[in-house]
Amino acid sequence: MSADLLAAFAGSLLAALDPSLLLPLQGVVGTVADPIFGALTWVLEQWYWLMDWVYYFTRLEMLNPRYRFMHRAVLVGLCIGVMAPLIGTFLVHRQLALIGDALAHTAFAGVAVGLFLNAVIDLGVSPYLTAVVVAMIAALFIELISEVTDAYNDVSMAIVLSTGFALGTTLISLNAGGLAVGVNQFLFGNLATVSPRSAAILLVLFAVVVGTVTLTRNQLLYVTFDETAAAVSGIPVNWYNRITVMLTAMVVVGAMQIMGVILVAAMLVVPVAGATQVSRSFSESLVVSVVLAELAVLLGIGVAFYGGVTAGGVIVLVAVGIYVCAVALGKLQSIRGDQVTPDMGSIDTDTDASAGAGDD
Amino acid sequence: MSSSETDSGTAVDTNEQPPGATGRGERGGDHVVDVDDVTFGYTATPVVEDVSLTVESGEYVAVVGPNGSGKSTLMQLMLGLLRPDSGTARLFGERANRFDDGERIGYVAQNADAGKEMPITVREVVKMGRFAHIGFGRIGDDQSLVDALRDAPLGTSRDVLDAVFGRLSASDWAAVDDALETVGMSAFADRRITKLSGGQRQRAFIARALASEADLLVLDEPTVGVDAESVDAFYDLLAALNDEGITVVLIEHDLGAVVEHADRVVCLNREVYFDGPTDEFVESDALARAFGTEARLLTGGN
Repeated sequence: MSADLLAAFAGSLLAALDPSLLLPLQGVVGTVADPIFGALTWVLEQWYWLMDWVYYFTRLEMLNPRYRFMHRAVLVGLCIGVMAPLIGTFLVHRQLALIGDALAHTAFAGVAVGLFLNAVIDLGVSPYLTAVVVAMIAALFIELISEVTDAYNDVSMAIVLSTGFALGTTLISLNAGGLAVGVNQFLFGNLATVSPRSAAILLVLFAVVVGTVTLTRNQLLYVTFDETAAAVSGIPVNWYNRITVMLTAMVVVGAMQIMGVILVAAMLVVPVAGATQVSRSFSESLVVSVVLAELAVLLGIGVAFYGGVTAGGVIVLVAVGIYVCAVALGKLQSIRGDQVTPDMGSIDTDTDASAGAGDD
Repeated sequence: MSSSETDSGTAVDTNEQPPGATGRGERGGDHVVDVDDVTFGYTATPVVEDVSLTVESGEYVAVVGPNGSGKSTLMQLMLGLLRPDSGTARLFGERANRFDDGERIGYVAQNADAGKEMPITVREVVKMGRFAHIGFGRIGDDQSLVDALRDAPLGTSRDVLDAVFGRLSASDWAAVDDALETVGMSAFADRRITKLSGGQRQRAFIARALASEADLLVLDEPTVGVDAESVDAFYDLLAALNDEGITVVLIEHDLGAVVEHADRVVCLNREVYFDGPTDEFVESDALARAFGTEARLLTGGN
């Protein structure tokens, strides 16, 4: 089917829709969304105020009150620096490091859907919202394909990745209403395009991701470490797998604003890989990965601002640099061999007795 | 437990069932595991067929059989991880696939996949045994928490907050420490599990089961990849736990260990070829028939 034919078909389908039918729905959504957006706008105002104070103390030009977009970019970056490694830790240790890539490409399709709808029926929806919806549907498809076909996870990821990118490029190639305009910002990210609206969406995603992980971290850890034992202990493993991929979709869309589709997966993986090298425990690795991610994001945004380069690329390069340092530090720790092997204790089914030593 | 009948040439010789250790439901005590006439296959060909098996509280049962005989599949059916094509599987009297009292079961898998390269300490692994007891989903199970929430729905009772956010209480941590002490791993509690030997890892996984205060311990070939010395210590631990009243179901390929430690043997190759006391298994020809060879069991340290 040619692009013209497809465009004609899509156009006639959308023309059949009466936009007035959506008015009651818009009213309901507005009733719910307006107070939330109002509260988030208040949060943003407080953030601007805080950044102004930081500027007056540090005189960092990137935090100059004239550059509100940079204040928002820093806020978005800090949120990404928390939630990306938080969910990435569970992904990396389940060998799902590339799922971020797959979902980023489907989020790109979601952006294309949003732009297409806005161009054709003037829906006025943020492309990031359509990206969230499409990426979450795609996340469920990845799980569904794995469950139904018993395929390896990377097979289902590859299928969803290709489909997402194919859908995105097809919609863009229709070029309805000048779709191609502004696509680069989604592919490569852009600090200057973090609008108050997209910052507010990110704050909602941040609250959902951090809140869900806080409440379910035990179950996510058990499923990550030993899926069968988790299932035996009564944890509904499939549900937690779905939660994980849906949270991943949210993180990907959130991070896409400054990282871009191409590089967004790096924030899920690289800080976690670095933290794994130097951490002695899981809880420590969570904290370390967040610290490394924040370091990469803040340094990356700074370099991007002063150097006039793309933020996403610089952030990833800084993150990889930190990873290399972490690997070196980890090797150093191993060589130093600072731990003396203790004796095994005795097997003692009488728990009142203290463990003996050295009789194993 | 009863042996299964087959219409093939490999019918079970029911005479091999030991007097007093046979027929389902004829044993005294509670059925911890009750698999009744179960058939299951991943494709049209059944992996296990017409298998019946009961395990009573306090038993030490080993399931043996050649590779591909359906041992691990039977274990998954027992635990409700797979749904039988026909027949029923029950755990503690409930349908296995609806059983929601997961803390009563401890599961130890083969060593090979444990932890991969995850930075996780022994204590964090053992702590997982308490996860079935905690978390916001378990608030309804604890009357004191329900009362606290009713009295002060918006209050900040530490117990309630611990429950909501899945934090371990002092008694949970005590259970973790006790479990580590029981298996002699207290000194390794803060080590990364990936830095331990195979035997030490398996001890940690046993400790996880103990921390959950499991009544039933199910082990799927737990000594694969574990050195010989650690294997002996591991089986000593299982025997000691069984003496304390924990029911043990062991899926095992190491027939020597089975003969030495288990009270009862189930020999499986798609269907049950033998079910009875270990000493009778040694004397029987079930092994040769199940393995389809002239296999004989060498005992006495050979």
